[in-house]
Amino acid sequence: MVTTPLLPSDYLDLVSPLRAGADLRGRIEAVHPETADAATIVIRPGRGWRGHTAGQYVRIGVDVDGRRLWRAYSITSPTNRQDGRVTITVKAIPDGKVSNHLVRRAKPGTLVQLDQPTGDFVLPEAKPAKVLYLTAGSGITPVMGMLRDIDFDDVVMIHSAPQPQDVIFRDELHDLVAAKKLRLTEVHTDTDGVLDIARLDELVPDWAERETWACGPAGLLDAAEEFWSERGVRERLHTERFRPGIVAAGDGGEVTFSATGKTVEADGATPLLDIGEEAGVLMPSGCRMGICFGCVTPLKAGAVRDLRTGEITEAEPGVLIQTCVSAAAGPCDIER
Amino acid sequence: MTAIDPTAHLTAEQIEELGRELDAIRDEVIASRGEKDAAYIRKVISAQRKLELVSRGVLLFSFFPPAWLLGTAGLSVAKIMDNMEIGHNILHGQWDWMRDPKIHSTTWEWDHVSPADQWKHSHNELHHTYTNVIGKDNDLGYGIMRVDEDQKWHPFHLGQPLWNFINACFFEYGIAAYDLELGKNLHKRRRNTPEFRARAKAVGRKIRKQVLKDYVIHPLLSGPSFLTTLAATFTANLVRNIWSHSVIMCGHFPEGVQTFERRSIKGETRGQWYLRQMMGSANISGSRAMHFMTGNLSHQIEHHLFPDLPSNRYAEVAVKVRALFEKYELEYVTGPLPKQVFSAWRKVFRLSLPNKKPKVDAPDRDQELVAA
Repeated sequence: MVTTPLLPSDYLDLVSPLRAGADLRGRIEAVHPETADAATIVIRPGRGWRGHTAGQYVRIGVDVDGRRLWRAYSITSPTNRQDGRVTITVKAIPDGKVSNHLVRRAKPGTLVQLDQPTGDFVLPEAKPAKVLYLTAGSGITPVMGMLRDIDFDDVVMIHSAPQPQDVIFRDELHDLVAAKKLRLTEVHTDTDGVLDIARLDELVPDWAERETWACGPAGLLDAAEEFWSERGVRERLHTERFRPGIVAAGDGGEVTFSATGKTVEADGATPLLDIGEEAGVLMPSGCRMGICFGCVTPLKAGAVRDLRTGEITEAEPGVLIQTCVSAAAGPCDIER
Repeated sequence: MTAIDPTAHLTAEQIEELGRELDAIRDEVIASRGEKDAAYIRKVISAQRKLELVSRGVLLFSFFPPAWLLGTAGLSVAKIMDNMEIGHNILHGQWDWMRDPKIHSTTWEWDHVSPADQWKHSHNELHHTYTNVIGKDNDLGYGIMRVDEDQKWHPFHLGQPLWNFINACFFEYGIAAYDLELGKNLHKRRRNTPEFRARAKAVGRKIRKQVLKDYVIHPLLSGPSFLTTLAATFTANLVRNIWSHSVIMCGHFPEGVQTFERRSIKGETRGQWYLRQMMGSANISGSRAMHFMTGNLSHQIEHHLFPDLPSNRYAEVAVKVRALFEKYELEYVTGPLPKQVFSAWRKVFRLSLPNKKPKVDAPDRDQELVAA
């Protein structure tokens, strides 16, 4: 009543954006380069931060050229870090708006928006006797969060990167090797070629006995899932995918954003999230790869196609769709 | 209001070329929106909040005359900033591109008795689409005044200088009533439709909150300064109302601004729409501070051409737009605030009486645009 039409929090945000009870935010405190195109961002999270489990990711909203863009990144700091800071490690991908911004232009002192950490790619409560980490590229990031968090008796890691200097956390990994806490095989794909999954028998003869966490490009994960299934040990393999595999596109249609009152033409291959954002609609978004459910929105009318599977979802009361992996399948109405 | 169409010298192709040139100006700004613009609006919002907070703090001691003066001046400016540079422009969607849910046309609410969503409908959809079309754009006299010769005279208009003055003093209530289309809805006995009742209720709720804040809670918080704080918030609202009313009168009422007939906009092209906005709006010249305090509505012509471009960019756009006016030999109506306010008021007085001579219909022209 004192501050209407604003809320007291609108004023408190001016002086204390990280206080308890505020929308969850963080402040970038430092940016440490890791490789030529990767950097670790140290973030001081707001008081509402509930902490993470090793292997989880966080959705982060960053203002790039004045526009707020949300992405998901794996947390690379251990859960028991003394100063309460968390780190994410980001690899700049070609044309990646957020990743390039974070790696090359992010400045200490900048406020970012955060969500509570989430994700199922985590270690079990009961300590497995033998562990295998199978990673490639930036797929090492959630695994680094695990390596820094818990010591296992017997850990093997097979990591692929184009060249030695592209291996993120290389020094730290080699320190672990020297301390006999880790057995590491680096595959340098520029010279060795892409890892043939069948080589596992030779590299890690007891791989099938190991609880395995794999993270990397879709090709590696698809091959791993097939390989583990063939040997009947699929339940020992845990995977984390960073990008959706788009398989299906069809005819688009006219998309109406009824709450905003906008109607635009959409093709059958562009995610509705992108269509909405282009049209200036306030679309919630998150990982942009169909895993975090940060973008779910009611489908009021019409039909949409899941770009990963080709599956068609038709409007019914209560139907929610993930706009980041759904495209128009004919005219549809999205409640935004 | 001239009988001669000031756009008669333009061919249909020229009008479309003009439209393309304006589109190019717009595209240039859209492509270059970025970090600086975002920092600008955040800075303005933050400054407004701090100014309001400090002013209200000072008013807790408003029994002390210098505190009253300072607090009232600060609060008046804060309210003007909230309504003009911040509220009006955010509600236009000028900052939606930032995708910040806290600074977005669909979530913003302002220090004003008209709820944001109702204002958006009557202002963004009706006024900005049908700018200066007689019988379609109710901003032409707000339904209580005659501001164009082509509007039919009624004895009620004899009192319009007074109506306009009262409207200026209580402008936010005038706008709330206007957004509710109160006159039409009461007149046509639509007051019982559930839709109208829901909207009236929303306005009632908003008025209650605003009044409670300004005239009960803050005076009470001031304790012994109850009455002086009450007077201060009343004065700040009055100043804000008269200021915004004056600025807005300058947008479409000064002499030289054209109005249009209903049939003239049938099948209007993009170029013709642009041309109507150019001829139907007037600017205010002045310092940067003046532009800021008018919420950049001093660049009314540019705002009407591109209602959703960020307000901090209108000044640079104005240079290019003005060059187009010259190129196409059109009159760019502009002047200092006192001159434009005087011009608008003179019209209000003059048109309170019936037209002097019977008006001759303007002959039909090649293009659809017919100046009234």
